[in-house]
Amino acid sequence: MSNSSSSQYSNYQNKVSHSRATSEPAWIRWVLIITTLLFLSLFLFVPLVAVFTEALRKGFDTYITALTDPDALSAIKLTLIAAAIAVPLNLVFGVAAAWAIAKFEFKGKSILITLIDLPFAVSPVIAGLIYVLIFGLQGWFGSYLSDHDFKVIFAIPGIVLATIFVTFPFIARELIPLMQAQGKDEEEAGLVLGASGWQILWRITLPNIKWGLLYGVILTNARAMGEFGAVSVVSGHIRGLTNTMPLHVEILYNEYNYSAAFAVASLLALLALVTLVLKSFVEWKVARNASNNEHNS
Amino acid sequence: MKKPLLAIALLYAVFSVTAPTTVLAKDISLLNVSYDPTRELYQDFNAAFSKYWLAKTGDKVTIKTSHGGSGKQARAIIDGLDADVATLALAYDVDQLQEKGKLIPKDWQKRLGHNSSPYTSTIVLLVRKGNPKNIKDWDDLVKPGISVITPNPKTSGGARWNYLAAWAFAQKKFGNDEAKTKEFVGKLLKNVPVLDTGARGSTTTFVERGIGDVLLAWENEAFLAQKELGIGKFEIVVPSLSILAEPPVTVVDKFAKKHGNEAVAKAYLEYLYSEEGQEIAAKNYYRPTSQSVAKKYESQFPKSNLVKIDEEFGGWQKAQKIHFSDGGTFDQIYQK
Repeated sequence: MSNSSSSQYSNYQNKVSHSRATSEPAWIRWVLIITTLLFLSLFLFVPLVAVFTEALRKGFDTYITALTDPDALSAIKLTLIAAAIAVPLNLVFGVAAAWAIAKFEFKGKSILITLIDLPFAVSPVIAGLIYVLIFGLQGWFGSYLSDHDFKVIFAIPGIVLATIFVTFPFIARELIPLMQAQGKDEEEAGLVLGASGWQILWRITLPNIKWGLLYGVILTNARAMGEFGAVSVVSGHIRGLTNTMPLHVEILYNEYNYSAAFAVASLLALLALVTLVLKSFVEWKVARNASNNEHNS
Repeated sequence: MKKPLLAIALLYAVFSVTAPTTVLAKDISLLNVSYDPTRELYQDFNAAFSKYWLAKTGDKVTIKTSHGGSGKQARAIIDGLDADVATLALAYDVDQLQEKGKLIPKDWQKRLGHNSSPYTSTIVLLVRKGNPKNIKDWDDLVKPGISVITPNPKTSGGARWNYLAAWAFAQKKFGNDEAKTKEFVGKLLKNVPVLDTGARGSTTTFVERGIGDVLLAWENEAFLAQKELGIGKFEIVVPSLSILAEPPVTVVDKFAKKHGNEAVAKAYLEYLYSEEGQEIAAKNYYRPTSQSVAKKYESQFPKSNLVKIDEEFGGWQKAQKIHFSDGGTFDQIYQK
């Protein structure tokens, strides 16, 4: 078994060394490009166009009415609140976690990394149910919370908690490889020259990682606004109160209110487009910075 | 890093100014947690009740609603979704509020007329235009090649009524032979390609996605699909025997008390029994329980042969235990 696979591997290596990707015949390259484009247009571009045509099918007035409906506005507001709380918290946490993991050695580091990855591995529905089990009326803290008139699930705190949970790893996961690659030479130099911890953080570490950080923030924000599963479990679906934009889209769709559903969906799609543009810009910046650095060194 | 945050903060500021945040002292907010197909009904009814209550007491009452599969909604209330009133699909789900949540008294069903069901409905078969598969009765649903759409009885109240209606038909057909009845319902379930979690999901599957030859539906949902979604695209088939569905309503005492909403919650449900409430129900294709309104809308509802849950199945507690609890007949049939 291992013999055959290793010989396959050497065969493969031979092939690769004989014909590199760039020297493939033109028709193979074109077939690959066209397949990719077809695939992309079929699965990404067409649905995107469909969202906007459906949204505007009944005219621009209906579109605006759908977006300025009190329930829609409250859904938009709640989505923004959830993102406005989840993103900064995860920003602080992500930087702290990445800093600790990339720049220091300590016991249990691999456990910490695994824990940070947990929200990626756990289904969002389970994430929501965890909070129901903990904070629900029949849950661990249910009667205490109820006695003190503090609502977590089926209210805004639960939605924020669920959002934080699912967006937890994005920033840390973005920063850890970057910080590890950068090493700790600059920080050590700063320390030797007498800089305090805060000075090192603000003047060395943060400027070095700012583009990676921004990239992480963009991804976190996109996911925070688009999250459906976990939020759906803890929301209670009260219109005008605990519905986020994705939940509102589902409700409108289930009420046969298609143009309104797609109008709200188009806002989310717009957000995705803005995210993509920002993401490309940041990637371009990062690439430019990297090549600049190479020139300098 | 600062810019997107700033943008979010700005956007948020804009929306918090434009979004109406009218929290005046005399405003009452009432939460009605309901089952799936009542969206249109309560949209109309809430507006009518707000008007009535304003005229009667001078208080402005805003009714918030939440809709979903009946079983799922009951679960959410037990987990702390603090509904002032629950308007669910069947009595068993309301019983759960008492048993699992201790939120309402044991005798809840006696507090309002008609077993606390202000409106009733039944289960009908909705088929595509011209009835291409020639579906006339429950018999036709077990034939090979017929695709039947119904939601999941574990989460949906409508699906449980569907299941029991089919069961009642088979029981009568085979002269109470349980093995044959089970086989019949099993054959029917074999023809179901997808079990949605709620009645509304199933209607969307059938109407919008065009899946299935026949939809087992609430009568009101079938009328809605036929008259308002695809005019002339669907036909209602009234089976030779079906079940009288009694969707019950109750004040959720514990939460209503906490919110100080006991009086208005009680008035809200009582208003469902009023002339106007009954008219609204009838207009939304629910069968009114008031004699006079029922007479007025007599021609709207097809005459059907309806069995009652209490007489045919010995009440919801028993029906739930035998058919839908873990290891019940549904599990036995569906897992085969």
